[in-house]
Amino acid sequence: MGSASSTLTQYDIEDVQQHCNNLFSQQEIVSLYKRFCQLDRTAKGFISADEFLSVPEFAMNPLSQRLLKMVDGLNFKDFVIFLSAFSAKASMPQKIEIIFKVYDSDYNGKVTFKDIMEVLRDLSGSYMSDKQIEEVLIKVMQEAGYSKDSSLLLDDFVKILEHPGLKMEVEVPVD
Amino acid sequence: MASMSSSNLELDLDRPNIEDYLTADSIQEPRGKLRLHDFLDISPTLTEAGGAIVDDSFTRCFKSNPPEPWNWNVYLFPLWCLGVVVRYGILFPVRVLILTLGWIIFLSCYIPVHLLLKGHDKLRKKLERGLVELICSFFVASWTGVVKYHGPRPCTRPKQVFVANHTSMIDFIILEQMTAFAVIMQKHPGWVGLLQSTILESVGCIWFNRSEAKDREIVTRKLREHVEGPDNNPLLIFPEGTCVNNHYTVMFKKGAFELGSTVCPIAIKYNKIFVDAFWNSKKQSFTTHLLQLMTSWAVVCDVWYLEPQNMKPGETPIQFAERVREIISARAGIKMVPWDGYLKYSRPSPKHREHKQQAFAESVLRRLKDK
Repeated sequence: MGSASSTLTQYDIEDVQQHCNNLFSQQEIVSLYKRFCQLDRTAKGFISADEFLSVPEFAMNPLSQRLLKMVDGLNFKDFVIFLSAFSAKASMPQKIEIIFKVYDSDYNGKVTFKDIMEVLRDLSGSYMSDKQIEEVLIKVMQEAGYSKDSSLLLDDFVKILEHPGLKMEVEVPVD
Repeated sequence: MASMSSSNLELDLDRPNIEDYLTADSIQEPRGKLRLHDFLDISPTLTEAGGAIVDDSFTRCFKSNPPEPWNWNVYLFPLWCLGVVVRYGILFPVRVLILTLGWIIFLSCYIPVHLLLKGHDKLRKKLERGLVELICSFFVASWTGVVKYHGPRPCTRPKQVFVANHTSMIDFIILEQMTAFAVIMQKHPGWVGLLQSTILESVGCIWFNRSEAKDREIVTRKLREHVEGPDNNPLLIFPEGTCVNNHYTVMFKKGAFELGSTVCPIAIKYNKIFVDAFWNSKKQSFTTHLLQLMTSWAVVCDVWYLEPQNMKPGETPIQFAERVREIISARAGIKMVPWDGYLKYSRPSPKHREHKQQAFAESVLRRLKDK
């Protein structure tokens, strides 16, 4: 009935733990495995987009489509590695990297003006016009020393977001 | 499912604010001048999404929680084995026998009554009611149901409906053995469907089809007609619309609460000591579920008949539904979650996402003016 902790051996747990750089305890990895099996209803070894979207809290998140691109089809090990950025023990650069990846939808290592605009569109929906978003974005970028044609790299993101830092932590419930 | 979209829309209009229930951790209003930092820091939204991936209150409602095994010990294991032998070898056949006996008695009385007393409706209905209560008692005996009823027994009065939280179809049987309710149900396939169309017809049943969008208006009309008829059996409705695992209640559909009648809440809480009575319809057929119950020691539950409630002046049906849900959840000792049970079958409507988007847009535009 969905509980599959019997198929995760101690060796598997340690392997996964190593891959996520010990950001999760062994108990947390067991909990995550139970959750993974719960979401992966047809026991394929990965969670499909549809199964992620069956979690209403996730489906109604404005960035769900972007995150789906990053988590769709991940096996358990990669699933844990993805979530390790949300661990309280994860470093600031690691969290900033995930944010960068959300913006960098074409994975070319550069975030352009257009990329940021698209994320802002997702976040504001139909409540801000494209013109409004563009205006505001140009202004704040100029103030930060970037022009409309600049591309931001991961280092730029780190520079901007490092101070005062950000809080992005999710607690894994351990029975 | 496209056919759900229009009925979903109706369900969403004037529903209580989900944001009130979800954690308010990320709702810290940023102030001051807008900077690039504010547009790149999507950590609150990502945290919510990550949190939802790791654990969410909706999936928790439908998780089967089997009772903990207690037999992994050299003393207890043989005892457990003996228990298995007794349950499957002695109890199960005896129960099947009892059930068969019950069906024979029931059918041999029901069929003559149904056919011969066609002219004497009042008498026929009274006898049929008694017989349905009888067969339900046999059913309950067949899984050794230990049911404790608290509170005054329901009486037949016009303009009242009964609502209860829903864990399995056996909820209906447990309540039916005390009082012959009329019920509104999803039409099921197989032998259950056959029972629905023959025997349950006699106590008065209303069918609906979850996937039919137009169905809702027809059903509301039928409900209203039934409640107003003085000779009809009292109507039992499960406003959650789906089976939940008896640790949570999902949102009540307002259909039962806008009929202009008194609502009598019933709370049902199962004790998982011997078996988990939650029917996970995605994982088991009803037959498998029944067999599981029949091979366990007993099904223990408490039923509370609570004080009838009327809609207060100035209360909307949704507020009324939530108030009754609170009464039932408090009595049964289970938690409330703000989700619509039908999300089991369809996606959430875009309204929730739009709410978040609106909040974000308004914050940005406000800070733009704040300069």
